Amino acid sequence: MAPIIVFGPLLASAFAGLFGNYVGHRAAQIVTTGAVLLSAILSWIVFFDVTVGGNTTTIHLATWMSVGDFDVSWAIKLDSLSAVMLVVVNSVSSLVHIYSWGYMSHDPHRARFFSYLSLFTFAMLALVTADNFLQLFFGWEGVGLASYLLIGFWYKKKSANDAAIKAFVTNRVGDFGFALGIMAIFLVFGSVAFDDVFAQVGDQADAVLSFAGMSFNAIELIAFLLFIGAMGKSAQFFLHVWLPDAMEGPTPVSALIHAATMVTAGVFLVCRAFPIYEMAPNASAIVTVIGAVTALFAATVGMAQNDIKRVVAYSTCSQLGYMFFAAGLGLYGAAMFHLFTHAFFKALLFLGSGAVIHGVHDEQDMRKMGGLFRMMPMTWLMMIIGTLALTGVGFSFGALGLFLPDLGFAGFFSKDAIIEGAFMAGREGVLFGIPAFWIGTIAALLTSFYSWRLIFMTFHGTYRGPKDVYDHAHDPKWPMALPLVVLAVGAVLAGGLYKSSFIGDNSGHFWGEALPAAAHGPAAAGEDHGAADDSGEDTHAVATDSHAEPAADDHAVVAADDHAVAADEHAAEGDHGGGHHPPVWVLLSPFFATLIGFLGAIWFYLINEGMGARIAARGGPLHSFLYNKWYVDEIYHFVFVRGAKGLGDLFWKVGDVRIIDGFGPNGVAGSTLAAAKRLAKAQSGYLYHYAFVMLIGVLGLLLWAQFGAGGQ
Amino acid sequence: MFGEFEAFLSILTFVPAIGALVIALFRFTARPEDQALIDRNSRLVAWVATMVTLVLSIILVANFDRETAGFQFVHEIEWLAEIGMGYRLGVDGISVLFVLLTAGLMPLCIMASGAIEKRVADYMIAFLLLETLVIGVFCALDLVVFYIFFEGGLIPMFIIIGVWGGQNRVYAAFKFFLYTLLGSVLMLVAMVYMFLQSGTTDITALLDYEFARNAQMWMWLAFFASFAVKMPMWPVHTWLPDAHVQAPTAGSVILAGVLLKLGGYGFLRFSIPMFPEASDYFAPLVFALSIIAIIYTSLVAFRQTDIKKLIAYSSVAHMGFVTMGLFAMNETGVQGAIFQMISHGVISGALFLCVGVIYDRMHTREIAFYGGLVHRMPAYAAIFALFTMANVGLPGTSGFIGEIMTMVGAFQVSWWIATGAAAGVILSAMYMLTMYRDVVFGEMTNPKLETITDLNRMEWAIFIPLIIMTLWLGVSSTVVTDITAASVDNLITNYNAALPAPAQ
Repeated sequence: MAPIIVFGPLLASAFAGLFGNYVGHRAAQIVTTGAVLLSAILSWIVFFDVTVGGNTTTIHLATWMSVGDFDVSWAIKLDSLSAVMLVVVNSVSSLVHIYSWGYMSHDPHRARFFSYLSLFTFAMLALVTADNFLQLFFGWEGVGLASYLLIGFWYKKKSANDAAIKAFVTNRVGDFGFALGIMAIFLVFGSVAFDDVFAQVGDQADAVLSFAGMSFNAIELIAFLLFIGAMGKSAQFFLHVWLPDAMEGPTPVSALIHAATMVTAGVFLVCRAFPIYEMAPNASAIVTVIGAVTALFAATVGMAQNDIKRVVAYSTCSQLGYMFFAAGLGLYGAAMFHLFTHAFFKALLFLGSGAVIHGVHDEQDMRKMGGLFRMMPMTWLMMIIGTLALTGVGFSFGALGLFLPDLGFAGFFSKDAIIEGAFMAGREGVLFGIPAFWIGTIAALLTSFYSWRLIFMTFHGTYRGPKDVYDHAHDPKWPMALPLVVLAVGAVLAGGLYKSSFIGDNSGHFWGEALPAAAHGPAAAGEDHGAADDSGEDTHAVATDSHAEPAADDHAVVAADDHAVAADEHAAEGDHGGGHHPPVWVLLSPFFATLIGFLGAIWFYLINEGMGARIAARGGPLHSFLYNKWYVDEIYHFVFVRGAKGLGDLFWKVGDVRIIDGFGPNGVAGSTLAAAKRLAKAQSGYLYHYAFVMLIGVLGLLLWAQFGAGGQ
Repeated sequence: MFGEFEAFLSILTFVPAIGALVIALFRFTARPEDQALIDRNSRLVAWVATMVTLVLSIILVANFDRETAGFQFVHEIEWLAEIGMGYRLGVDGISVLFVLLTAGLMPLCIMASGAIEKRVADYMIAFLLLETLVIGVFCALDLVVFYIFFEGGLIPMFIIIGVWGGQNRVYAAFKFFLYTLLGSVLMLVAMVYMFLQSGTTDITALLDYEFARNAQMWMWLAFFASFAVKMPMWPVHTWLPDAHVQAPTAGSVILAGVLLKLGGYGFLRFSIPMFPEASDYFAPLVFALSIIAIIYTSLVAFRQTDIKKLIAYSSVAHMGFVTMGLFAMNETGVQGAIFQMISHGVISGALFLCVGVIYDRMHTREIAFYGGLVHRMPAYAAIFALFTMANVGLPGTSGFIGEIMTMVGAFQVSWWIATGAAAGVILSAMYMLTMYRDVVFGEMTNPKLETITDLNRMEWAIFIPLIIMTLWLGVSSTVVTDITAASVDNLITNYNAALPAPAQ
């Protein structure tokens, strides 16, 4: 069954790509969609089998590389982590396939499009089912390829081609770190298989690697290098520049790749490699900081963008930041939970945006929209649901001491879990926990603001575009509408249904060996249980202390062991209740942040419609700074692109042509020729000249070899 | 079964030469008015001869014993035995795949030479002789035989570039000849010295001979001069772009696909096993030159306006991975280097063929001339994309295996080597994708391109085997590494044994 899940989409992709022109678009669409749908259904079966039944397996398929100890297999690893990713990837992918029937119905290259989509799905499945770092890397670059192909799908557009290259090259920068991480892993552990590596992490806690002339703790260094890869793929700050440009691709692509699946691969990597990150407090702190900075940065930029897809793209960037700082703080379950819920509501928002764009004749500029809800009420409703889920609307009655179940949209459960978990982690002394909590809360405010800004600018107020477009604006037909509805259901329910599995009471069983039983998670997520007893408290304190120590080589083992103990005890004694609750104000702060953002958006874009535009028109420095995305692209262009071109020209025109050739062959040839002409004017062929000179040289060297160096 | 048959390897080596002889007979006996017939027949004879060689090579590899590190299919004929010389051929795990690579690329080269109209018979003779000489290099087990083949290979290539090349072919041919000959001359001196010291030219005997440390240094440098030029390594690489740009398509394929591997093979056959202490001593130099090659030439490639020149510079960068892996002197590094050479032979050959396809139609290689080819040539665009991705080392293609293995090997020696090489991987994506975008994507603005046609059947037939090899090796690298394993293990064991103990 597992091979069908993984390879079905590959075969379908090959079929559509190779024979699409012969069998027609419809056949290509049916085959690819069918294969991915089948994968999705089987994935859900696997998901329950693994997470409920506890049947984790690894299927060895073939040997990829085997040189000495360097042994790499093709395998399908099915555990809770990969099962979660399987359902996310295949569910969203099959919905996007269906949606594309409608969205791409007028495109002459549909077969190619579906081939790429299925190829992407295959690469992503290979990534999540890897049992070693190198197969993961295969999927990693494979999704990069598919992303490149899909961003540049409309190859006539120069902007699309440029964006595709930018995405690929920026990801390569990340992969540079990832690849070095894999090399370091092989050097330290003598293997790249997950099981071998993770089993040895404890033994290698003191290993030291020298890198860049300095000595580093090997585990810390590996964790950091792997994270560089994750930064590239998940568009974290410094390497985020490709994601907004990637919106040049067709909208279903943005939903599938740049929201729900590929960009979450970095989070998946950090969670998959959690035994390494558990032992690497400093690298984890870097993860936290980069995640938090991204969450804030992207949210601020998102407030000033006018392209509907770019707003959603920056929102994705920001939400990924949440997942990363959660993972950095050790809240792997919460990170995966947010990944899971985010896949539903962000895919919904993207596909909804696609429906809007489709409905108003490929217009993406929100300044030329407004008041559309009258013409496309169904799309409006879907977008509202997505926005409610994204902004995390819901209410925790438990926080007020009421015995009522928490009610809310998907994002409420996962995002609040992260924000509160950050607070608790910070209180326990995990590096940057409290700052992460504050940034998470502020970013939640901004998220709410830009999300509602999007809704108001698009659907409410007065229409600002050409009239005939407005008159023809319409809701999507069924192939596009159906996925929206399914995703909307997910965006409403996914949080409430799966909270207890991902981060709650049931999480120990749910994750099995794949993730640590929620160490901070259960308490932090506002569950009705908390403290371990005294001994648990003590061990935790030890763990926390050494956590705070940078490069705690000796302590690291102790820390991790105690951590594990603490975690176990947490799980075992989780029901006792006690003082491990976050304070009520912490529980309520995301709620109020969201509310303030919402009210702000109403004030600027609904009550005082046009105020936002006036502020933008005035072009203050803050707006310019945000609108131009903190000028990161400009800086990069200047430093890297211009730098590479300048160096390339220097090496070529000066290094090769003037120095090497000038003094080398051309210089020698010039002088030899002149000499040879004098020597043998009667000869005609140039070749003889050279051969003659060579011969003399050989003779001289032979004499030297015989009597000079040959003496010994 | 063929292992019993002593002359098998000699027959394999000289089948192309026999083909060349047949063509020559035709050419010199036929009447001048039969020119068209001669042309057609010489193409056919050349193709048959190369295909026979290919079949024999496949038989060779199929019957090759993977368990032993020693030489197999050895063929020995006494020849000046009194001074220890002899005609000796044989293959081991290191050389056998290069024979197959050469034999595999040659028929494709013959097929890709449809655009050659001038002196076809001579052209085919040159290619067939070149094949014999190159296969001979890989099989030679005697210094004299090796040197004859190694230097002899220069002549047909010189002629191919100089006669059937582009406008500036004479300059390029001479540059190529000068560079390589200069290196080879030093190697000849070292070979003579080796003979004087050891009293034999038998390579198998020389592999066991221990040269004095000081002498090793000089000989290593002499061999290095030759192999570094062949590779080519920075800074003696500037002949390659010129040679490639001027060479006809098939010439470029052989140049990049096979001739560049002579340098890497030479390191494996001579420098490393025969001068281990010198190799150890000079390894940092090789690493430095490799990293410079990877980064420097990648940046230069980024600025090229000629497609062939770009791919030529990219070849130099990819050969940097080879030298880096070789001198890492561990299993992953050396195996990776051999794999990288095989893989580069397939991929760069395919890329030059891709350029050849549009060059044959439009007679220019200027990137700026093209653009939007995908509209008229979708199949070509797809195939070109595949090899572009293979060249940037996408996992799943053979390009990745060589790069990652050599880097893993190098990382075990030192972090900075691997880091430099990994930076080159970023750059390769930059220049290849930019070139691909400018040639294939975008609007078709040049009106001259409007009549350009997609791949014909012959071109399909050329590309299909290359596509299969690229993907097959990419997902199942053990096809190659199983064959090379025993010999490489043996090489490394001997190498480590030869070094003074405290070096480890």
